[in-house]
Amino acid sequence: MDIKDIIKPENKVYGKTPLLTDAVMHYCPGCTHGVVHKIIAEVIEEMGIQDKTIGISPVGCAVLAYNYIDIDWEQSAHGRAPALATATKRLNPEKYVFTYQGDGDLASIGCGEVMHACNRGENIVIIFINNAIYGMTGGQMAPTTLLGQVTATTPYGRRADLNGYPMKITEIVAQLEGTCYVTRQSAQNPAAVRKAKKAIRKAFENSMMNKGTSFVEIVSTCNSGWKLTPVKANKWMEENMFPFYQLGDIKDR
Amino acid sequence: MAVKGAIVVDIEKCKGCSVCIANCPTNTIALSNEVNGKGFNFAIMANPDNCTGCTNCATVCPDAVITVYRVKI
Ligand SMILES: Cc1ncc(C[n+]2csc(CCOP(=O)(O)OP(=O)(O)O)c2C)c(N)n1
Ligand code: SF4
Ligand code: SF4
Repeated sequence: MDIKDIIKPENKVYGKTPLLTDAVMHYCPGCTHGVVHKIIAEVIEEMGIQDKTIGISPVGCAVLAYNYIDIDWEQSAHGRAPALATATKRLNPEKYVFTYQGDGDLASIGCGEVMHACNRGENIVIIFINNAIYGMTGGQMAPTTLLGQVTATTPYGRRADLNGYPMKITEIVAQLEGTCYVTRQSAQNPAAVRKAKKAIRKAFENSMMNKGTSFVEIVSTCNSGWKLTPVKANKWMEENMFPFYQLGDIKDR
Repeated sequence: MAVKGAIVVDIEKCKGCSVCIANCPTNTIALSNEVNGKGFNFAIMANPDNCTGCTNCATVCPDAVITVYRVKI
């Protein structure tokens, strides 16, 4: 069969959601941020909530997320997305409100904000992109950097005696009474992407049921920061991140 | 029932990351020898006869530049 007979509108089975704008994403080739943007956009499209969703972008590589998903956005100071989300959701309870934050933004400078928003049980969604590094500023150590992991600021590998231990933020917020759904996902292959998408959809649905905060960690890559090719970075993540940051639901009530 | 697929890549937006290639179960995709306007070798259907239209490549593409078509034959 000729290719031209296959490539016809009626045979289309998958394409870019119109919720993603036509802007070319500034992310490095193969970056997990792009995949997660896409699945958030698809969830919003499938739920039909484009006019009812407000995203809060962080400081970090995803600061420009508002250029890519065609919804309303706010852009927060570093680590303060949960505070903006708190106000936004309390003032607009009919809106779906989510934050999108890296591990430098959420686990380091914004650690206090996220703990208290989760502890108050704000009816928001927190999407936590854990790439174990500060991507935007050149690959410095983050609270989530693994022991032994080489970064710009741990050139001989992270040492517990010098740098402390990697933090499992997701397990910590699961212990707080205010959270209703806490899960850790990834996005490196089709099955993982589909699971992560389901988790994000569930988190969005929860935010309208007065159940408290939904927290979705996506174990991610920063192949530029890790100095690997995108494909090798995904492999490194599977081999090194997954044993420590174990995938799956941690809390669901 | 047998199926046949095909993909269309928005080559000017493709960044040549190769994540699609790693996730294609039928070895359909490869990077081009030429580069696009940004200097990236872009994804092409190197073995178009292999494609089953499973959508794996498009599902993992970080830049959402792959459209997938499928027909039953
Ligand atoms: C108040 C303040 N302190 C520090 C910075 C510098 N800075 C910008 S992004 C960033 C870390 C981003 O890392 P992460 O949140 O992990 O996101 P990624 O870039 O990896 O996606 C830092 C420290 C800043 N912009 N503002
Ligand atoms: S995954 Fe997307 S951006 Fe990466 S090489 Fe394939 S088509 Fe290009
Ligand atoms: S649709 Fe499936 S078989 Fe076809 S190129 Fe993509 S991954 Fe390969």
